[in-house]
Amino acid sequence: MIDINFYKNLYEKIYLIKRVENAIVDNYMDNAMKTPMHMSRGSESIAAGVCSACGDRGQFFGTYRSHAIYLSSGGDINKFFSEMYGKENGRFGGRAGSMHISSPESGHIASSAIVASNIPVAVGASFANKIKNNKKIVVVFFGDGAIDEGNFWESLNMACLWKLPVIFICEDNRLAVHTYKNKRQGYNNIINIIKEFNIKTYSGLGTDAEIVYNITEEAISHIDTFNQPCFIKLEYFRYLEHVGIFSDTNQNYRKEDTWKEPYDYFEKLRIKLINNNIDIEDIERNINNIVLNAIDHAKKSSFSDPKELYRNVFYVEN
Amino acid sequence: MSKIKTTFKDALNLAIYQEMERDSSVFIYGIGVPDHKKIFGTTNNLLERFGSERCFDTPISEDSLTGFALGAAISGLRPILVHIRVDFSLLSMNQLMNQISSFRHMSNGEFKVPIVIRNLIGRGLGQGCQHSKSVQSIFAHFPGLKVVMPTTINDAKGMMAAAIRDDNPVMFLEHRWLYDQEGEVEEEPFVLPLNKANKIKEGSDITIIATSWMNVEAIKAAQILEKHGVSVEIIDPRCISEIDIKTIMLSVLKTKRCIIADYDWIHCGFSAELSAQIYDHCLCDGRSLLEKPIHRIGFAPTPCPTARHLENEFYPNAIHIIRSIEKMLDLEEIDLTGEEFYSHEKKFKGPF
Repeated sequence: MIDINFYKNLYEKIYLIKRVENAIVDNYMDNAMKTPMHMSRGSESIAAGVCSACGDRGQFFGTYRSHAIYLSSGGDINKFFSEMYGKENGRFGGRAGSMHISSPESGHIASSAIVASNIPVAVGASFANKIKNNKKIVVVFFGDGAIDEGNFWESLNMACLWKLPVIFICEDNRLAVHTYKNKRQGYNNIINIIKEFNIKTYSGLGTDAEIVYNITEEAISHIDTFNQPCFIKLEYFRYLEHVGIFSDTNQNYRKEDTWKEPYDYFEKLRIKLINNNIDIEDIERNINNIVLNAIDHAKKSSFSDPKELYRNVFYVEN
Repeated sequence: MSKIKTTFKDALNLAIYQEMERDSSVFIYGIGVPDHKKIFGTTNNLLERFGSERCFDTPISEDSLTGFALGAAISGLRPILVHIRVDFSLLSMNQLMNQISSFRHMSNGEFKVPIVIRNLIGRGLGQGCQHSKSVQSIFAHFPGLKVVMPTTINDAKGMMAAAIRDDNPVMFLEHRWLYDQEGEVEEEPFVLPLNKANKIKEGSDITIIATSWMNVEAIKAAQILEKHGVSVEIIDPRCISEIDIKTIMLSVLKTKRCIIADYDWIHCGFSAELSAQIYDHCLCDGRSLLEKPIHRIGFAPTPCPTARHLENEFYPNAIHIIRSIEKMLDLEEIDLTGEEFYSHEKKFKGPF
């Protein structure tokens, strides 16, 4: 019997991601958030499930589409919005914006806007964890487009060769920017290929946070028991355009598929909580307030002195 | 404090050994690092002393090995990555330029990025176009990377130790023809600053600013010219990413004539940047304090060939320097018959 708090935690994470991204949509056209937005909509369950399963052991490396990871890891909401608005109290003082947002204190170490380029960085971090024997689990998120890159294959090989505690998570939406797999990949089943490496593979529906949670938990247990990395492929539907806040299913290169699973799943989760006497409206009201306050706080915050630009190119001893 | 007799390559090796001894977070890795050839001996004794967790071989995956360094560095380790040819590090430009050089700034100073990337540069026996580059200006173009070129045995030991202790990414460029240089060095660990030029030789008539191996060619040129009454001062910038303009200007304003002999191509290279900075500092009341325009010496504007006679045409040497100085000082051409110059077969044994 799973504790209802397990579902409550997942729902809170998912609702927060949805609410934050809705707030971005509501405010983006004011042109005050001057940072390209790669929205997480559709992949909420992946971040929520993975981050919940990893808990304090997780160290997450993301891509330019990392809002969901930041929020699910427990990143500060005020600092998130201030970063989007480029304010001095943003998480990185306006240097990161949306594409490089992260929250090292909650485990979201870094995000990179070059496809696949954080995969070797994550593998290096997992090497350090292994040396330090600190039991941390590195999780690196990437899209299926990253599998086209050398960095992916090189890093996969190193992680398998050196038996590193890292989970590779392919967030598979079948698209790389606007290009489907059949235009990019000269093979049929990536899992069959990756199985030839010394790695444990999993695949599942990335739209159900409980499935994601369970797979991730199994993967962590595999790492602990067999001293071997894991690869997880999770399918989801990218609801919005590659970059920006709009739907682009009217652009002829793709159709609005029948992918309603995440939102069916969220609704089922919500009903489950209500049936278990959880005050869902109170949860949602709290999150709504947090998000509205964070937007307000960010808008009212100051920009840094332009001379801030020159700081921190190098580490300098005081 | 005592000095030991050593070579450039052994001094590099000793610095790495001592730093690995001093700090257990330092590790060294790369293609062939622990193999029987030990990167020309520069990784001797490391596997034996520190084990395969801190000294290990790798797949041939330069870009990912470089990203791996970043991940390890931000997690508290101090990686040393070795490329036995600098040409191979060009495969890692994505990680260098998109990730490592910008990582600290992007995180608003939250992360330190202590990485040393050793790159062997320069000539061997007909290395051809893909084993012969130097490319310091490319690395130095990007804010966030330190780029240094040690020349003397003292540089090899002190700058390597400093690079390993530095909390920033350092591209360390080692010329293979300097490896056999013999001399003395302090046995105990010590560090040299990574942003200071070094006066290799005192002189009064003309300043040669030379990088890496070009200092050896400059010394040879100076010895020959001295027999003909010309006094040459040689300054080695040592750091490419941050120019020690003060030391350079003290010399240039004294001699009022300057040749830059950079071990790289001239076009868009370090010598162009250095010239611009010198000219900026030489203007006084709308007049240049230089007697003659700066002359730049570097690789021929072609890819590097293999055959020796073509290679000799490609690489700048002491003769190029002598001829340039003669022109700048309006001197007759010196008869160089009987003079011996350095080559793969006739190695520079030092000391400076």
